[in-house]
Amino acid sequence: MYRQTEIINDASQNPSLGGSGETGDLIINVGPQHPATHGVLHLVITLNGETIKKVEPHLGFIHRSIEKMCESLSYRQFIYVTSRMDYLSSHINNHACALCVEKGLQVEIPPRAQVIRVLMDELTRIASHELWWGAMAMDLGAFTPFFHAFRERESINDIMEETCGARLTMNYIVPGGVMQDLHPNFQNKVKAFMQLYKRKIHEYDELVTGNIIFQNRMKNIGYLSPEDAISYGCSGPTARGSGVSCDIRKIYPYEIYDKLEFDEVLETAGDSFARYMIRIREMQQSIRIIEQLIDNIPEGDFQAKTKAVLKLPKGDFYSRVETARGELGVYIVSEGGTTPYRIKFRSPGFSNLSVLDHIARGSKLGDLVAMMGTLDLVIPDIDR
Amino acid sequence: MWSFSHIANEMHEWLSKTFNPTLTLIIEMVIAGVAVIGLFAGLGLVLVIMERKVSAWMQIRLGPNRVGPKGMLQSLADTVKLLVKEGLTPDGADKFLFNLAPFIAMIVAMLLMAPIAFARDFQLWDMNIGVLYVSAVSSIMVISILIAGWSSNNKYSLMGAMRSGAQIVSYELSAGLSVLAIVVLTGSLQVSDIIQSQKDGWWIFKGHIPVIIAFVTFIIAVTAETNRAPFDLAEAESELTAGFHTEYSGMKFALFFLAEYVNVFIVCAIGATLFLGGWMPFHIGNWTDFNHVMDYIPSSIWFFGKTFFLIFVIMWFRWTFPRLRIDQLLNLEWKYLLPISMINLVVVTAMAILKWHF
Repeated sequence: MYRQTEIINDASQNPSLGGSGETGDLIINVGPQHPATHGVLHLVITLNGETIKKVEPHLGFIHRSIEKMCESLSYRQFIYVTSRMDYLSSHINNHACALCVEKGLQVEIPPRAQVIRVLMDELTRIASHELWWGAMAMDLGAFTPFFHAFRERESINDIMEETCGARLTMNYIVPGGVMQDLHPNFQNKVKAFMQLYKRKIHEYDELVTGNIIFQNRMKNIGYLSPEDAISYGCSGPTARGSGVSCDIRKIYPYEIYDKLEFDEVLETAGDSFARYMIRIREMQQSIRIIEQLIDNIPEGDFQAKTKAVLKLPKGDFYSRVETARGELGVYIVSEGGTTPYRIKFRSPGFSNLSVLDHIARGSKLGDLVAMMGTLDLVIPDIDR
Repeated sequence: MWSFSHIANEMHEWLSKTFNPTLTLIIEMVIAGVAVIGLFAGLGLVLVIMERKVSAWMQIRLGPNRVGPKGMLQSLADTVKLLVKEGLTPDGADKFLFNLAPFIAMIVAMLLMAPIAFARDFQLWDMNIGVLYVSAVSSIMVISILIAGWSSNNKYSLMGAMRSGAQIVSYELSAGLSVLAIVVLTGSLQVSDIIQSQKDGWWIFKGHIPVIIAFVTFIIAVTAETNRAPFDLAEAESELTAGFHTEYSGMKFALFFLAEYVNVFIVCAIGATLFLGGWMPFHIGNWTDFNHVMDYIPSSIWFFGKTFFLIFVIMWFRWTFPRLRIDQLLNLEWKYLLPISMINLVVVTAMAILKWHF
């Protein structure tokens, strides 16, 4: 188990293991159990005083071999396992898988189901960004925003609980539509949530965004150039903070996103503050999408007619969606049976984590935590 | 009228009548020591529950509400838990220093109580260098943190201790300079003199803007000196898990914890004494009737009211602001606070010489 311990003991003398061989290097283990990593991520950090020389992430502490498990589950079943990857946007994960299966089955999704899926996607995105906002402030040492964020997130969770029956791992999507129709209260509750959100959103700016300490901690810290963002494979808010346009909802629209009016949020600064502002502004775009849809949910079926046992034709299928953290790709290789031959998930967190070493070098230890916060890492999404 | 000084005098008279002078002195010292220990523990309990309730109120939640009426006995229950918990000493630690550090922290906090006037004529030791004593003794605190961080044999602890060392040593300068502003105005280091000088108005009202600047500097500096957020780099939870006391558990941890809260109380008491008149009631110049009404409120209530108000302000900081980074923290001190308080001290000195204050 503690393979790492040996490495760490003499790593400072061994250049191939991260140490420079100079005296004065301090090698410090952050994680796997550490309040800053938001999960079981292990970072081996080489420090010179407080200045970071190298960050080496060690993964695999929460690897559950979801990709392998999916190979023995049917096309209806495997969708639910993916809720456990990026548990903060579990609905969007399910959506990506369902899209891939539907691509293979060539089924037409009823308009009502499409609208419901998009509505739920955007609610999930807001909930995920709310939690990130609270955790981000907590990484910087301010505890109060966490509770304020949870106040709004709670009402989204209530909406989810009423319609999907679960608060975190929704499992609401089935191939061909959604599992059941919306709860009769859904529209009222979403409208009430949006009113609450608009009434409280100014608190976010007053408490955190406008705070001078917060801005000093975030601005000109963790610079990621657009070229690096592309070459490291970053996606989602992390890449958009550097000015890379990569919103899958705009570039490869799925469901009804091409008919909706919303902006792709872009910042050009590339620092931590830009990545922070992207998510804050993205929440408002999600609200805009929900506003357009909430009164225009078409009547009709919520599920297309599909066979009881799904079989995908021989071939490979790929679908991609924009989760709260970036681009999630699902790649299915089918041999024509009832279970996939191979599944590969391209998770946003893995690529976004790989950029951490690049942006953290030369900055202070306290900033590393802030940078990890702006990458919005969810560890089960990285390990899978 | 009933007061603390009344009780103290009665006790002294009775002891003097009953025992010979040496024994009287010894007994009085024991009583004072027990009182300080009692106050130390009591303040710890009160401030912990206060912090939890204040933070709960700011974070839209209830806070502790199970043990005792409205959860008021929660910190007592926590203390009992910490008392019966095993105090582990890590294998690679320097055992002697590791066990010594929490006691130094506690002793410093207790020593600092000596010159504080809790009520009218109710003070353990009204020495003529009172304010100097406070700033001298409080600087021993950093030694206990450094010992704790170094002897734990833990990299997180060591980093926390080094940060704390840099921080406390720097911020002592501007805390000292802002205290000096009042010393210059009063012309005395003795706590009772400083309080007496405020009988026709507190310094914060009498001293114009320079004293207000000194007061703000003082509050910022002591927040940093007591390692409270936004300057809690020594124990930065999200970076260093628990900083210098990562390896401490049980009662040894509790002593650090108590010492932190008692230190907060002491710096707030010093702030209240220097800038807000200590136990001195709110007096306005020669409005005798108004001043007379104010005198009816007991002096201990004035003192504790002011102190707890300042404690509340410091708690308010903690639950509002994000943490500074270590270089920003030192920049704030050396580039802003220290020059400001130096210039401010010159202005205050000029003001004192020219008698421009009220």
